[in-house]
Amino acid sequence: MSNFPFSFSVSKIRFKRLTHVEQRNLRLGLLFVSPWLIGFLLWTLVPIASSLYFSFTRYTVLQPPTFIGLRNYINLASDEQYLLVVKNTLWWVILAAPGGVLSAYLIANLLNTKIVFRPLFRALFFFPSIVPAIVTTTVWLFLLNLQWGAFNSVLKALGMQTIPFISNPDWVKPTIIGIHIWAQGGAMVIFLAALQDVPRELYEAATVDGASGWSKFWHVTIPMTSPVILFNLVLAFIAAFQQFDLPWLLTQGGPNKATEFYAVYLYRTAFLDLRMGKAAAMAWILFVVILIFTFILFRTSRRWVYYGGGDQ
Amino acid sequence: MDKQISVYTEESGQLRARVVRHAAIGVIKYGLIITLTVSFIFPFFWMASSAMKDDAQVYTAPPVWIPNPAHPENFIGAWSLLDFNRFTVNTVFKYAIPAVIGTLLSSVVVAYGFSRINWPGRNILFAICLATLMIPSQVRLIPLFVIFKELGWVGTYLPLVVPTFFGNAFFIFLLRQFFLTIPTELSDAARVDGANEFVIMWRIVLPLAKPALTVVALFTLLNTWNDYFGPLIYVNQEAQYTLALGINRLRGALTEVGSQELGFPYLMAVSTIVTLPIMIAFFFAQKTFIEGVSLTGLKG
Repeated sequence: MSNFPFSFSVSKIRFKRLTHVEQRNLRLGLLFVSPWLIGFLLWTLVPIASSLYFSFTRYTVLQPPTFIGLRNYINLASDEQYLLVVKNTLWWVILAAPGGVLSAYLIANLLNTKIVFRPLFRALFFFPSIVPAIVTTTVWLFLLNLQWGAFNSVLKALGMQTIPFISNPDWVKPTIIGIHIWAQGGAMVIFLAALQDVPRELYEAATVDGASGWSKFWHVTIPMTSPVILFNLVLAFIAAFQQFDLPWLLTQGGPNKATEFYAVYLYRTAFLDLRMGKAAAMAWILFVVILIFTFILFRTSRRWVYYGGGDQ
Repeated sequence: MDKQISVYTEESGQLRARVVRHAAIGVIKYGLIITLTVSFIFPFFWMASSAMKDDAQVYTAPPVWIPNPAHPENFIGAWSLLDFNRFTVNTVFKYAIPAVIGTLLSSVVVAYGFSRINWPGRNILFAICLATLMIPSQVRLIPLFVIFKELGWVGTYLPLVVPTFFGNAFFIFLLRQFFLTIPTELSDAARVDGANEFVIMWRIVLPLAKPALTVVALFTLLNTWNDYFGPLIYVNQEAQYTLALGINRLRGALTEVGSQELGFPYLMAVSTIVTLPIMIAFFFAQKTFIEGVSLTGLKG
């Protein structure tokens, strides 16, 4: 609420004519935000409307779109390839988003204990998240290479069997989750900042009451940081639904379509198969699913997110 | 251990047990942290070390951790396989710098309008601005591509750069939150003295907002340096490639194991060179990176 200190004045203005100063401010305000307003129109409103229209058409870019009603949506419902992609994506989203948030939270808690060189450790955990995906995937492909990667070379030298981290459809899924979790330093930094904001008195009071380390974690740390957990969780889910770089650059959706996630298939449909209408329909389904998912998260969050002082 | 403790009086025994427990927790904690950080950083060590190997040092088990003799000449060899100098120029001058300028100019002005001027309808528009962050990029992707194709911009950097001059919703939000924390007394005084709003923004608010401006510039720079999808869609000729597209092309050329001499070392060498500026920037601006990230999280 404190973000919107002037919200009351908006309703007041409706009932009376604008004063001279208010008119001046309105013109000035609109002038300042005009780049965004124009951009919003050009790069958001118009594209969203046309994307909805395209989703009801057959469109190859080479020829003008032809209206086919709900055909794209109906076809998708029985498109085996698409249904596999949906299954892959749900699997990915449900493991990668909470998995990444959980590991970031645990590492942040580890770094929030009394340790020396905290900034150094924090920097080392954070670093993988700012390196371009093209570099990280290239390095991981080499590291996990079946023949000459570091891991399999060690296994070979020990006389053990090599592991097809990338080339086997069953192995590639845990592999890609692992690489994803490795690059969640941003969430970790946000968590660490939130953990350091938890008032020390709460822990001292809990200690006086004889609380153990675990119960302090459950009854102080988690509730006090729950708004940030929700924030990171929402961001992680939205990002996971749209994940492109990692599966595309690591495996191009393979092997055997094991990592063919939504954004990868959408890119393929739109720009390699040039089926823009179908891809637009896919994008709209994704949009609605993300909205529903976010809505559900916020609804359930009322039960587990604690806002200090009752300020929502 | 138990036997030993029982020799002591009860109190000192308890004390000792506590000390032992404390030490054990410390060992476990540091053991865990060090093991984790080493494994997090290991891929980069492997990248840099493999960049300086020859084929004999790559195709061997157990792996060679530190190549001896090292082959630093790989960096030059790899860099000249493709026109990486040109890719660097493209990335920096055609994409990163224009995008930083566009994002800064527009987001600053818009954020100022959303925070330092009080006008009717402001908060509704700001709410809409925030709501656009929820829209998955895929929804806009296809019509935008069609628009840019109609404009004849596909194959150039215009589709990636021009939209940055219309404000970035996320950075508008970040800057607005920062501008709100700057006291209004100064700008009020300047207004009484007859200064216009642009002068107030330029002379009073922006000098106080330098940390936030640095965050925006740094993250835009990072995002463009790292961007793969944007150039993949809009840049289609090799002469126009960014570094990310260049590495991908190189990867395609060297992908068959053993088919190309020094395939892996060359790939690792280019990867190392492209990571190096980020590493240097991170070393010098670590505080800005970390504060920028925590800022976005906590004010959300």
